[in-house]
Amino acid sequence: MTQDIASLGADRRRLVDRVMTAMVGVAVILALTPLVLIIGDVVIQGAPVLSLSFLTGLPTPVGVPGGGIANALVGSFVMVGIAALIAVPIGVGAGIFFSEWPESRLSFISSFMNDVLAEFPSIVIGIFVYVVIVLTTRTFSALAGAVALSIIMIPIVARTTEESLKIVPVTLREASMALGISRWKTVIRIVISTGKSGLATGILLAVARAAGETAPLLLTALGSTFFATGLFQPTAALPLLIYTYGISPFADWHARAWGAALILVIVMLGLNLTVKLVIGRRYSEMRAEI
Amino acid sequence: MNTSRPDSASGRTRLRGDSVLKAAVATAAVAIIGLLLALGYNLYSGSSLTISKFGFSFLPGTTWDPVHEIFGALPFIYGTIVTSLLALLIGLPISLGVAIFLTEKIKGRRTTRYLLGTLIELLAAVPSVIYGLWGLFFLSPLLRQYVETPLSTYLGFIPIFSGTPFGLDFFTAGVILSIMIIPTVTAVSRDILNAVPNSQREAMYSLGGTNWEVTRKSVLPYARSGIFGATILGLGRAVGETMAVTMVIGNTPRITASLFSGGYTLPAVIANEFTEATSPLYLSALVELGLILFVVALAINVFARFLVWRMTHGVRSRVR
Repeated sequence: MTQDIASLGADRRRLVDRVMTAMVGVAVILALTPLVLIIGDVVIQGAPVLSLSFLTGLPTPVGVPGGGIANALVGSFVMVGIAALIAVPIGVGAGIFFSEWPESRLSFISSFMNDVLAEFPSIVIGIFVYVVIVLTTRTFSALAGAVALSIIMIPIVARTTEESLKIVPVTLREASMALGISRWKTVIRIVISTGKSGLATGILLAVARAAGETAPLLLTALGSTFFATGLFQPTAALPLLIYTYGISPFADWHARAWGAALILVIVMLGLNLTVKLVIGRRYSEMRAEI
Repeated sequence: MNTSRPDSASGRTRLRGDSVLKAAVATAAVAIIGLLLALGYNLYSGSSLTISKFGFSFLPGTTWDPVHEIFGALPFIYGTIVTSLLALLIGLPISLGVAIFLTEKIKGRRTTRYLLGTLIELLAAVPSVIYGLWGLFFLSPLLRQYVETPLSTYLGFIPIFSGTPFGLDFFTAGVILSIMIIPTVTAVSRDILNAVPNSQREAMYSLGGTNWEVTRKSVLPYARSGIFGATILGLGRAVGETMAVTMVIGNTPRITASLFSGGYTLPAVIANEFTEATSPLYLSALVELGLILFVVALAINVFARFLVWRMTHGVRSRVR
């Protein structure tokens, strides 16, 4: 009798275990379904639009066929490039500081704020740059857009730099110091050169993140239907173009939005997979959360 | 005497080189602190007009009327809360399930774990404007036809399911957000579960526990505060998400119980109206909405980081 009750309980427990295993399996499927649907949809809707003239032409008004996205590609490229020029020195510098002087109070506070900044709503960064740069220069501009993007990139670069320098074996540092090489030379010649693929990871991930940002650019670069001829005028960007065309009521603009989305997805996934496959799997463990 | 001179000279340059490096990289660290402070200060000073005109009545104000320059933030705060909570309600169980799958079910299979982790991360790599585009043209019609219409037809007597579904509403925005927070919550929860000592599991297994009992009774209670932190981090992401929500929420400043009605959120109204704000007061009102977002995001992040940090015993490299 007691034997029966015990085995009954064991059966029930085993059943619960199986059900829960199935449930977490379902969770995995539910989590991955959107990825398949989104990429599939973007490819199906975007592929018919792609052509050389789509990449090299300027946008045309509604109804005029053959509009391209060249100005948005150039605008994105320029803004992300300038943003990287600003963000990489600051991010790498801060990352070195976090990893080499982790005990200092400045390091603790700054690295905490870096984490907070990494999770900050990007639209808030857009408002900040609007107040500081757009209001002062009285124009929406590529420069304002680039500054906004650089603020988004800094925390990612800083965090990945810190993580990639921290995993440089301490024995390497000790060997260098034992040879009488000074600390700064050790950091620059030994530590950074050992961790440089990690640094590259961080920069690539930050570039990928910045290339896909839309919200802060709405308030800083604004967008444009022409090539910008200078840094101080409204400038087009790929995500801005997708947004503007996507919410428009016109079918041919919707089609172009999908085409542009396909280009953006290819760039994003390309950068992310490059990081994963080329630079190596150990850095995937420490990638800043983006 | 003679031999000691070059030594001490090189010692001095060595010290100088060290302090130059330290000063240079410390400047970068200070710049990050300065950046965050400047962010807060400029949002505050940029919203001084509405702060002095409306004071605290800005927060509970339900009217948003740019033409008559009456501004209240409540409809946007309400929309932000509703969509974020919905996102957590849907996204949290899925994220936790994936995290449990990765840490408890396929612990030994490194390649599978790596592949799955990569796919989940790719979900985070998709730009938010593409979520918006997909939400607008694919998800929204799908939800309206197969979820919202049946729910409102058969359960319409429940206030949250009432009304005629249009597809661009709180519900769709919440679903999109839930997809977007899954990578964050999954990654942090996975790290938290990985940080649970194996002795916790072994103890339960040695009592004859099944895999689920070990997870349920040893692992999850141990990881509780860290998972709570992961949840709050997901909440922070949902609160600040702009483009995808703007494209699917319908953009109407309204407070209704129905999830199938158009709404608005703080980031969405800023994205939509900022460049149209012609009067200084209107602009100030929008900047103040940004200030609210800043304060909320700061509070959420500091709290969540603290919880996650404590759980992983201050081993910051594990906390992302």
